[in-house]
Amino acid sequence: MKHLLLATAACAIGATAAMADVKVGMITTLSGGGAGLGIDVRDGFMLAIEQSGRDDIEVVIEDDQRKPDIAVQLADRMIQSEEVDVLTGIIWSNLAMAVVPSATAQGKFYLSPNAGPSQLAGRGCHPNYFNVAWQNDNLHEAAGAYASEVGYSNSFILAPNYPAGQDALTGYKRLFEGDIAQETFTQLGQTDYAAEIAAIRASDADSVYFFLPGGMGISFLKQYADSGVDKPVIGPAFSFDQGILQAVGDAALGVTNTSQWSKDLDNAANQAFVESFVAEYDRLPSLYASQGFDTANLLISAMEKADVSDQDAFRAALEEADFDSVRGDFRFGSNHHPIQTIYAREVIEEDGVYTNRIIGTALEDHADVYAAECNM
Amino acid sequence: MIPERLVTIGAVAGLLAVALGAWALGEIFTITLATRAAILALAATGLNIALGYGGLVSLGHAAFFGLGGYAMGILAFHAQSYTPLELGSLTIEGTKSMPVIWLVAVCVSALAAWVIGLLSLRTGGVYFIMITLAFGQMFYYFAISWSAYGGEDGLPIYLRNSFPGVDTLVPVQFFGLCFAALVLALLLSARLRSAPLGLALNAARQSPARVAAVGISPTRVKLVAFVISGAITGLAGALYADLNRFVSPAMFSWQLSGELIVLVILGGVGRLAGPVIGACLFVTLEHWLGGLTDFWHVWLGAILLGVVLFARGGIVGLLTGKAGPHV
Amino acid sequence: MSAILLIEQVLNGLQFGVMLFLMAAGLTLIFGVMGLINLAHGSLYMVGAFAAAAAAAATGSFALALVAALSAAALAGVLIEVAVIRRLYDAPHLDQVLATFALILVFSEGTRWVFGSFPLYLDIPDALSGPVTLPGGIQYPLYRLALIGVGLVVAAGLWWLTQRTRLGMQIRAGKDDREMIAALGVDISKLYTLVFALGAALAGLAGALVGAIQSVQVGMGEPVLILAFVTIVIGGIGSIKGAFIGALLVGLTDTLGGIFLPLILTVAMAPEAAAQTGAALASMLIYILMGAVLVWKPTGLFGGARPA
Repeated sequence: MKHLLLATAACAIGATAAMADVKVGMITTLSGGGAGLGIDVRDGFMLAIEQSGRDDIEVVIEDDQRKPDIAVQLADRMIQSEEVDVLTGIIWSNLAMAVVPSATAQGKFYLSPNAGPSQLAGRGCHPNYFNVAWQNDNLHEAAGAYASEVGYSNSFILAPNYPAGQDALTGYKRLFEGDIAQETFTQLGQTDYAAEIAAIRASDADSVYFFLPGGMGISFLKQYADSGVDKPVIGPAFSFDQGILQAVGDAALGVTNTSQWSKDLDNAANQAFVESFVAEYDRLPSLYASQGFDTANLLISAMEKADVSDQDAFRAALEEADFDSVRGDFRFGSNHHPIQTIYAREVIEEDGVYTNRIIGTALEDHADVYAAECNM
Repeated sequence: MIPERLVTIGAVAGLLAVALGAWALGEIFTITLATRAAILALAATGLNIALGYGGLVSLGHAAFFGLGGYAMGILAFHAQSYTPLELGSLTIEGTKSMPVIWLVAVCVSALAAWVIGLLSLRTGGVYFIMITLAFGQMFYYFAISWSAYGGEDGLPIYLRNSFPGVDTLVPVQFFGLCFAALVLALLLSARLRSAPLGLALNAARQSPARVAAVGISPTRVKLVAFVISGAITGLAGALYADLNRFVSPAMFSWQLSGELIVLVILGGVGRLAGPVIGACLFVTLEHWLGGLTDFWHVWLGAILLGVVLFARGGIVGLLTGKAGPHV
Repeated sequence: MSAILLIEQVLNGLQFGVMLFLMAAGLTLIFGVMGLINLAHGSLYMVGAFAAAAAAAATGSFALALVAALSAAALAGVLIEVAVIRRLYDAPHLDQVLATFALILVFSEGTRWVFGSFPLYLDIPDALSGPVTLPGGIQYPLYRLALIGVGLVVAAGLWWLTQRTRLGMQIRAGKDDREMIAALGVDISKLYTLVFALGAALAGLAGALVGAIQSVQVGMGEPVLILAFVTIVIGGIGSIKGAFIGALLVGLTDTLGGIFLPLILTVAMAPEAAAQTGAALASMLIYILMGAVLVWKPTGLFGGARPA
């Protein structure tokens, strides 16, 4: 796959070889646990490149194995030997923190299709860093706001004990107006939640909020559904994404989750995206695929306005974000993070496939709280 | 067949030649790869002292690698944020000076090796393997949940630390530092092998009873070797953190302990050149196989199986025509 | 904390413990009889879970899924025993560690090659889903009760097998003196393959049973493997009884520690800080337990003499 893309891109360069092509380095997770996310970002990104019909973009794709040291090494190689203009692709916050500060300091653009750690949104923001997905807190804040809106007044909240988990609970509490029945940190990678579920059952909470990405969420939901505890559950989109939902099965039905995108979002760009993604890859697109798709389209929109070698002009073009996002309206805040609407979705079964549908709006035109700390 | 001494000199000279050649050609990334190989070789040289000389199969050396890395990360973090490190009533200033960081890394990992060694050397054999593995995991889980220093996110250090008289930001100069550390460790390792401690260690591996009979405690000899081994691997960890300008709990992961063993075996257990050749080969394989297929681990696994089943002495064994010591 | 919640948590600890026992029993049996340290035991757990998920998806039957898990894991066990492991019985531990580490790489990435990168779906059977009410008004998931039951039955079965059958006699003899039982006309090579397949099947069973309430994904075996190591180090390597006691100790310590440490710390700290610090300490608790046991008894609770 990778070499095929490179080969076509290389031929294309041979053909045009004229003015400044853009070389993109994509570092993403394609093997090991979590590979599904990277594959979706890559497929969404490449779909947009293909649809643009442009032959002046070369994409070098490498697998970071979800290891920070490998990611740093790949970034070094892409900057030092491949001399890319733009880096993108990283899924995990910890890998982003390892790569992004040094890449932007070396004068490269970084467009984040997923991770949005608070450090990079606040004091550590950088003119060459753009986040096309969200600041990490966004979906959690939306969940807190939505929980208040539907009338929950006492939440049991849980997340793994690592920075993203701690941020998640902080994010939820920021906009949740009710009380917190109990706050629990689980182990990262924990697979058995019997103890936490027992505590939920014993608590007087009227709702449960959890952030447990990947396999942890699958385990939790299955065990929760089987426990017979019937307190309503709410979570961010990560545990209810297209790739994961099939593994959760019935246990996820009816659960509310927050997301800035959904496959039933009613706009032309999104309908075309969903249709062409299914045609190309024979599966429904995920949240990550939509983010990859938007990232590539942002890049293309900037290329139409400016030459990448003129950094100031290219940056200004990126800031305009003049492209048809699959989320509808899309613009950047002062810290280069999206200001966007976040929806509440519900898990449903449709033609034998588990998927989501929008049931309401959690937050309108929401910006992150770190923008104020960013001076650039 | 080639004498072992020549293989060692050849391997070290080869690594240097690759880096210098890449420098002459302006292939900066190849220098970075060579630096990575040199640092991994240093870590594996440390492990080789425990594993090759002492027969101590440690599946937890990532603990020392990670401690070295975090020694660097924590000191540099306090230096770059201009906040002192408060330890109870003790206040320590951060530092960006490599020699100081190295000293701390070596001391901390030696101390940890001493404690882990004391506990795990109470038994031997397969207990030792599992206990070192378990202690490595303990550090891993602790690092993940320790949010003061980034937890799972790790700790980025924006500028590489400094060394008097060297511009560490220039890749080839940083390679020079790592290479010098590797050569020093190899000299120490060679010296150790023929020193009384090394001889006692070798004897303790083959027949603890006989060593005990001449009045030497085999456990104490092994403990000293384990501490030296951990300290060298800790130093490598500090350098590795500086290479990546980043520390994270991944440095504590048990896969890394496994990979360090793989380096030693690929090259040749108990051989001076073993870790060097193993590290160069591993970095090359990772780079080359990783470029060919997303599933390169399958092939790496197959190669490893081939080495264990059919080439017990590793590459050095093939070159010198002698199988390595029986561990 | 109410008594009901406490009992429920103890049950959770027990359930975790007996599943750990299924893993640890295989490991300790294989080490006890053949002197082999098998890092790839976690891969067999994964094989069991994947086989169960694939069979359940194809047939819709949980019973068939269990059969598939048992046979796939046993088959994989026989395969690697004959192709690789057999050559390692007399090899140093180092070679065993390395070869089985290589097997993990092959199994993990191979599984991803075949099944893709997304987790698979495996659900508990309808007959066992939902909670039941225990005496005292305790609501507890029926499936987890069933897991405790299966674990205890397997433990009893293993005890019977090793203590009361001819095969068990051979296994026990094989532990003590390989040459002797070979001289007595037992086909030692067949015995070893059989024991390895038995250990593999137990791991596969654990994978399938646990897979139904967790996520079936590549890499699911390694965390369990490390816990199983801690278990048999505590119990004494080679001892099935030790594995059982060790598994229950680890299961209870891990579960109850995760609950009580943060609660205890709230006395001295703010709730959020207590939750974080408590969780961090709780994750280290079983290793501290292991260290303490080793200081007291270097070869574990039921281990034999000091190993060579």
